[in-house]
Amino acid sequence: MSSSHYLLRKFAFALLTIFIVILINFVLFRVLPGDPVRAVIGRNVKISAEVQQSLREQFGLDKPVFPDQFLMTMKQWASGNLGVSWSLRRPVAEILWSKLWNTILLIGLGQILSIVFGVVLGLLAGWKRKTALDAAALTFSLIAWATPTFWLGIILLAAGSTWLGLPTGGILSPQNVGKPLHTVLPDLAAHLVLPTLTLTILYLGEYMLIMRSSIVETLSEDYILTAKAKGLSQWQILWRHALKNAMLPIVTIIALNLGFTVSGAIYIETVFSYDGLGKLFQTALTKQDYPLLQGAFLLLAVSVILANMLADILYTLLDPRVKSS
Amino acid sequence: MTEPEPLLSVRHLTTLFEVNRKTYACALEDVSFDVYPYQTVGLVGESGCGKSTTLLSILRLLPPNARLSGQVFFKGVDLLSLSEQQMRAYRWKELALIFQSAMNALNPVLRVDEQILEAILLHRLMPREQARQRVHELLDLVGIAPQRGRQYPFQFSGGMRQRAMIAMALACSPSLLFADEPTTALDVMIQAQVLELLKDIQKKLGLAIVLVTHDLGVVAELCDQVVVLYGGKVVESGSVDQIYNSPQHPYTQKLLESFPDLHHPSSTLASIPGTPPRLTELPPGCRFEPRCFARFDRCRHEAPPLRQVAEKHYAACHLLEGKSPNAGSI
Repeated sequence: MSSSHYLLRKFAFALLTIFIVILINFVLFRVLPGDPVRAVIGRNVKISAEVQQSLREQFGLDKPVFPDQFLMTMKQWASGNLGVSWSLRRPVAEILWSKLWNTILLIGLGQILSIVFGVVLGLLAGWKRKTALDAAALTFSLIAWATPTFWLGIILLAAGSTWLGLPTGGILSPQNVGKPLHTVLPDLAAHLVLPTLTLTILYLGEYMLIMRSSIVETLSEDYILTAKAKGLSQWQILWRHALKNAMLPIVTIIALNLGFTVSGAIYIETVFSYDGLGKLFQTALTKQDYPLLQGAFLLLAVSVILANMLADILYTLLDPRVKSS
Repeated sequence: MTEPEPLLSVRHLTTLFEVNRKTYACALEDVSFDVYPYQTVGLVGESGCGKSTTLLSILRLLPPNARLSGQVFFKGVDLLSLSEQQMRAYRWKELALIFQSAMNALNPVLRVDEQILEAILLHRLMPREQARQRVHELLDLVGIAPQRGRQYPFQFSGGMRQRAMIAMALACSPSLLFADEPTTALDVMIQAQVLELLKDIQKKLGLAIVLVTHDLGVVAELCDQVVVLYGGKVVESGSVDQIYNSPQHPYTQKLLESFPDLHHPSSTLASIPGTPPRLTELPPGCRFEPRCFARFDRCRHEAPPLRQVAEKHYAACHLLEGKSPNAGSI
């Protein structure tokens, strides 16, 4: 099978999955208890039955859920309208969009750092197996991976703000909010240090452990012995023969983790009062803000599906065997 | 006629594996044999007798816990005394290796021709364009259509992979080829094809081959000299004719009996009871003593030296004491 054929099939499959997710997302919020009209107006506001009825008609809630309401919702989602948040009284799409960049900044930075350090450390540890370097890297990674996110966050927050004078939370200091971006970059960076560090340490452990076991396994393969018998140096063996094979498992993990990026590190954003998607989800959940949650679920699901597709594409580039199976 | 110099001369090669700080596993002890130009030498014995270890020791490809001693002279140079970097220049350029399972010996994510090309370019034998031409010729030589070199190993059948491996081994025109059970993983028809190919190539290119196998039929067909290993020691060595027609060591005799004979197809096959010794708990005397039909008291306490029993025919057994025409050992 040609590679374009394979990718096309993967793409069609992703679209189908997104459609199913949308369907579930729609049904889920229709079967949950609660009256949308009441929720919009507020629970304790007295309002006449006629006004309630006219509101229902205005929002199309008098029509049957299926197919009328469903088709109407689909039409609106397709045009980018995800509804209005009950608690924030602003369009859901707009809220998600504004928080998305904050989260991508934090998680993206943390992921890039943890991937680079985790992969390099895992590679070295696996290559120099049973040395002091390996033992140290292994111990650190196991502890890092096993540490609860919020606990590490709190410890780093306490230590960093006490001894290094780093800000305790938020994205910008209050006096800098609203100023042009390039003038507040140092302040932004100072706010990012602790949450990024927490995130990096947590993911680094995972990447390092997987990379290490993958390279150890790869180096025991017969083709590595062939490469050595050919007269290649250790570096040449590692670079030309081991790396591409050993990267296969890590690519999957990275892509999957990136998919969950958008959900934001809920713990980390909460601990550091970081104004991203994770904190938004938490707020939406506590306030039972259904339209906001619905939009958040959709964004989360779609990004996970897209990340999976990305993993498939990367796999075909790395491993020629994937296309034919 | 003067005797030609041996191409490879293995002397007292001993390989220990460090199991932990106190324990060593003795994989090879005092192994000596010669390989002359254009000759094929067969290394035979049961699994775990040190056949593959011998090849990997000569090429110094064993894991870091291996301890080597003795000498391995190749064209007069002791390979064991070279630095790792000097050794790398010998690998593949002078001594190439074919593995048992070509299935896994080729890198799955690299194209076959790139893997062959890599060997030629690594040893800087010729410019890239010329090297590409050479890859084509090599694939052609082993009976693979050169354009299939663009494919990946998984698109090849088992036999084709072994052919590709042979093409790769010939890439730098080595003077010595090690073949570690090259046909074990293949079915009978393909086995015959690959052996035919090896024979052909040896005739055409005039290289020496060291063939590791437990298939005595293959040895009889391809080899000039035979070295029989048991428990990491040479128990008998000689020409194919000497080994097959007048085996001196009880182990060699039993090994030959356990193989079907074309001339007496009705006779039942013998097996040797027991298994080769564990390398960490070797018997103090003769290593074959616990399984030997002809053992006596001395065998248990004293390891027999390798004795000459005829011209270039050596065997290590106490029963041969005094029998030898001109006693002595190598």
